[in-house]
Amino acid sequence: MDSSRLPLRKAPGSGSAAARLRAVWPPLLVLAAMLLVWEAAVRLSSVEAWLVPAPSAIVQDAWDARERLAEHTVATLRLTLLGFAGGTAAGFGLAALLHLLPFVRSGVYPLLVLSQNVPLIALGPLLVVWFGFGLLPKLLLVMLVCFFPVCVAMLGGLRGGEPALERYMRMIGAGRWRRFISLELPGSITHLFSGLKLAASYSVTGAVVAEWIGSEKGLGIFMLLSSKGFKTSLVFAGVAIVVTLSLLLFAAVTEAERLTVRWRPRKEGTE
Amino acid sequence: MSVLEITGLRKSFLQDAGRTEVLGGVDLVVGEGEFVSLLGPSGSGKSTLLSLIGGLEGPDAGELRIAGELAGSRPGPAAYMPQQAALLPWRTVQGNIELALRIAGREKAEARRLAEEGLQRLGLERYARAYPHVLSGGMQQRISFLRALLSPQPLMLLDEPFGALDALTRQEMQQWLLSLWEQDRRSVLFVTHSIEEALMLSDRILVLSTPPATIVRELQVPFPRPRSEKLWSEPRFGELKAELYAALRSEH
Ligand SMILES: Nc1ncnc2c1ncn2[C@@H]1O[C@H](COP(=O)(O)OP(=O)(O)OP(=O)(O)O)[C@@H](O)[C@H]1O
Ligand SMILES: [Mg+2]
Repeated sequence: MDSSRLPLRKAPGSGSAAARLRAVWPPLLVLAAMLLVWEAAVRLSSVEAWLVPAPSAIVQDAWDARERLAEHTVATLRLTLLGFAGGTAAGFGLAALLHLLPFVRSGVYPLLVLSQNVPLIALGPLLVVWFGFGLLPKLLLVMLVCFFPVCVAMLGGLRGGEPALERYMRMIGAGRWRRFISLELPGSITHLFSGLKLAASYSVTGAVVAEWIGSEKGLGIFMLLSSKGFKTSLVFAGVAIVVTLSLLLFAAVTEAERLTVRWRPRKEGTE
Repeated sequence: MSVLEITGLRKSFLQDAGRTEVLGGVDLVVGEGEFVSLLGPSGSGKSTLLSLIGGLEGPDAGELRIAGELAGSRPGPAAYMPQQAALLPWRTVQGNIELALRIAGREKAEARRLAEEGLQRLGLERYARAYPHVLSGGMQQRISFLRALLSPQPLMLLDEPFGALDALTRQEMQQWLLSLWEQDRRSVLFVTHSIEEALMLSDRILVLSTPPATIVRELQVPFPRPRSEKLWSEPRFGELKAELYAALRSEH
């Protein structure tokens, strides 16, 4: 009986950095081509700059307005990150609490799922009525859009463990708290991250909309004012920054997941 | 003193068809250092019996004592090895073993030392840092068995530990477990569907009837230890096999 005859299976999809880079190239090329076509189309036609500015004009105007843009970007980023951190932490905490109190959970969980259909952004004006025009109503709005996806995903994940593992843990005498810490929490971490990714996508949008409702700083109000002043190139610049922030936050969550979840064979990559 | 003592054990469950009695008065004893196998048709309540020993459920009637203590009076009275290896996928092999030892009450440093020594003794130390999903099914069951073996409880419960393995791996695992157990002689209650497996490993075999289950046959396995695969070709092995087969058949 020789254990060396049972070799370690190779962990699949240990995707190298080079492979990831290769996957990034083609879409970047397509993007560059699209920008070129856009540039050419604007130059060859006589469309007005306030209607559709050329990419080069957008870059030029954005550069000229760089100080204002930076200031507004910082404001939006701050609102986004504060709201993301607060909302996801609250979602995580409430999910854990509800999970440990099954009776309360059975009453609250269906409502939580239903409430996902509420267009939270529409609550903005209400929040202004209650909390005025300071940071608080905006922060609450971003927190709300981040709270629900994390809370609902976690509640599902905490319940969705493998019955065989649960039985094993009980058989060897693991108590309630031990099973929560060692079995249910780690078992729901992939759910947590899918919730975090949703929250990351929503949070920047949430911040921009919150700023429309009432704010002096931030990309939301900057884009609104630029649009009213027919400075369309600056609206485009604002959109580009918002998209970039969104992508960066999403990438950060994905990277955090990659660093945390080491045990599961990754889905993408070669196998 | 016997490590496990069960008398007059009854258990019924509420099912859609009403109350069904699964265990209908089971008496059994596992002595110190004894390897006892429980053979029984599917659905005869073998896993239920183990749940009752582990204190996951309470009996309707009867008494279970593990090392003299009533079942349910203390969590995790026995080490346990289920059919699926039940290794936590987010812990390494060593991490899984350490967790079980910690739950059984070992100190952190001691759990680490025991896990390391155990893996080394069985020649499995190169899997210590591997995550379970990279291991083959047979290797996962080895880790699962080692984990139960290192646990300090006086009794080991094995619920069809090789049921999910292919025939060849299953035979290899039987011989592996046999050689390890013969060094250690822990008290074992071993649930299986396989008559050969029970004969190869056990000191004593109990046959369970269909529900409501009772012990309908008890057989002292006469083969001396250490045993090996040669047992298969002995005429006495074939005779006992036929005898047990008949006992099981009459229960269907
Ligand atoms: N918690 C429960 N609630 C209701 N019925 C149950 C419960 N646990 C077990 N049963 C029933 O008890 C019977 C015995 O189940 P058990 O799993 O103990 O059988 P088993 O002998 O282990 O079978 P197998 O050999 O297939 O593993 C089955 O009919 C099962 O449906
Ligand atoms: Mg069973």
